[in-house]
Amino acid sequence: MDSPSIDVAYIAGLAKLELTAEEAERFTRDLGQVLDYVAQLEKWDTTGVEPMYHPLPVYDALRADTPSPGLSLDAALANAPAQADSQFRVPKVVESAH
Amino acid sequence: MPASPLPSIATARRRLLNREISPAELIEELDSTMRALNPRLNAFISWDKEAALAAAAHADLSLPLGGIPLAIKDNICVLGQPTRCASRMLDSFVAPYDATAVTQLRAAGAIPFGRTNMDEFAMGSAGENSAYGATLNPAGEAHAPGGSSSGSAAAVASGMALAALGSDTGGSVRQPASHCGVVGLKPTYGRISRYGLVAFASSLDQIGTMTHSVEDAALLLQVLSGHDAKDSTSSREPVADYTAALRTGVRGLRIGLPQEYLSSGNAPAVSAAIERAATTLREQGAELVELSLPHSEAVVAAYYIIACAEASSNLARYDGIRYGYRSPEARGLDDLYSRTRETGFGAEVKRRIILGTYVLSSGFYDAYYAKAQKVRALVAQDFAQAFEKVDLILGPVAPTPAPLLHDQDRSPLQVYLADIYTVPANLAGLPGISIPCPQGGNLPVGVQLLAPHFGEARMLQAAAALEAAWA
Repeated sequence: MDSPSIDVAYIAGLAKLELTAEEAERFTRDLGQVLDYVAQLEKWDTTGVEPMYHPLPVYDALRADTPSPGLSLDAALANAPAQADSQFRVPKVVESAH
Repeated sequence: MPASPLPSIATARRRLLNREISPAELIEELDSTMRALNPRLNAFISWDKEAALAAAAHADLSLPLGGIPLAIKDNICVLGQPTRCASRMLDSFVAPYDATAVTQLRAAGAIPFGRTNMDEFAMGSAGENSAYGATLNPAGEAHAPGGSSSGSAAAVASGMALAALGSDTGGSVRQPASHCGVVGLKPTYGRISRYGLVAFASSLDQIGTMTHSVEDAALLLQVLSGHDAKDSTSSREPVADYTAALRTGVRGLRIGLPQEYLSSGNAPAVSAAIERAATTLREQGAELVELSLPHSEAVVAAYYIIACAEASSNLARYDGIRYGYRSPEARGLDDLYSRTRETGFGAEVKRRIILGTYVLSSGFYDAYYAKAQKVRALVAQDFAQAFEKVDLILGPVAPTPAPLLHDQDRSPLQVYLADIYTVPANLAGLPGISIPCPQGGNLPVGVQLLAPHFGEARMLQAAAALEAAWA
């Protein structure tokens, strides 16, 4: 792969993080070192190797589809930063038309 | 520090059953130790004595853990108690349900008592990345206790807890156990339900135990193991009798010693501990077998790509909408997300989210994430081949004893590299245990045993033999 560089401001945007200038500078340096290091993975021959996304061969582990009580409304809302009328309260998402 | 030997689960059980002490008095005793030691050590973020006393009033001593208080890492949900993951993001979060591991402990008679400090969202290996301040190492207060289960290790090592739950994504139970001088067990991936364990890297995370003895580790594992309908990755593999295995010794066992783990980069105390463990095992009748794990050099790189990728996805849920911190200054939805996450997360969490987002982003996925998962398969294959020749593998837990607290000279990469001996078990899903080894130094050093999938019984058997020989 190409010599690693990371556009921290762009990636932070993808991750919905608003970094300070100091953080952006520090993370660019720290993560540059980490990416230089992990570039060594290239040297291991993985031709024909299946990626191991899961440590144990367990597939299609589905339980019976039987209804059971979940969290109550009060319990589900108990940690909400803002709520109203038994719902999570969020900032307005849709701008008015005029 | 208490002058008597620190209370284990087994000794506390004897005192309870002999009516030397009541469950409520045991809570009071621990509470007074916590009030004396915690202001300095900072191993607990919170504890609720009244809730523990209420549970103690109904303690059923006929159960395997009847009346036994246990400390719980701050990332494992305990109904009605703060579960903050040592993060500002979850400062106000109160768990609305019990993790299955906690349900199992309660069903066995145990009483959750105290939430232990940790690296924020389990990201760190010195206990310093906590929004609630660093934890000191009871074995040497200028030193870090290790991490991320820093508080659990320090609580047990200082006698503030009989035992504790931790979580281990890349060594977070075993490494602090090694640094603080307690027994740290990470079971096979899927052995203990992860339901109610706040997710960091879901293909690597596993709940583990921190105890004074191998016997206590076996006792807890017995209670915690088993399939859970609420965690589809939990295993249906039958649960062995872990306590029965403890006294059988190691005669005839074949124990592998990977040449890659005997690096000249290990501190002298670590080399001395491995040497002593090998000698002890040989004296007890085990056969030590030299072997090779050829992809050992690749494990840290593969681990940090996979762990950070999974973390960046798992931590997307902290958006200020349904629970946790919400920035009061936000204008509009996007601004709310990014200000909430900027203020709510600490530096290491942000660093890992950015690395994880990068390796998953368009154009880099195959070079980093898919490649790391292929190298992971090679690492797992190394172990599978090794376990055709040996029953267990012996190695270090960490290349050094506990580092000094707040060692600013170490870059994040240098800190990550110290995980070389613990991350392989997580990548391959294997069980591992750290046992304190007397080696003459000033700080504790653990040695690690690794076993094949679901080989906990044999691993505990060998750990018990080492512990007994060194008592």
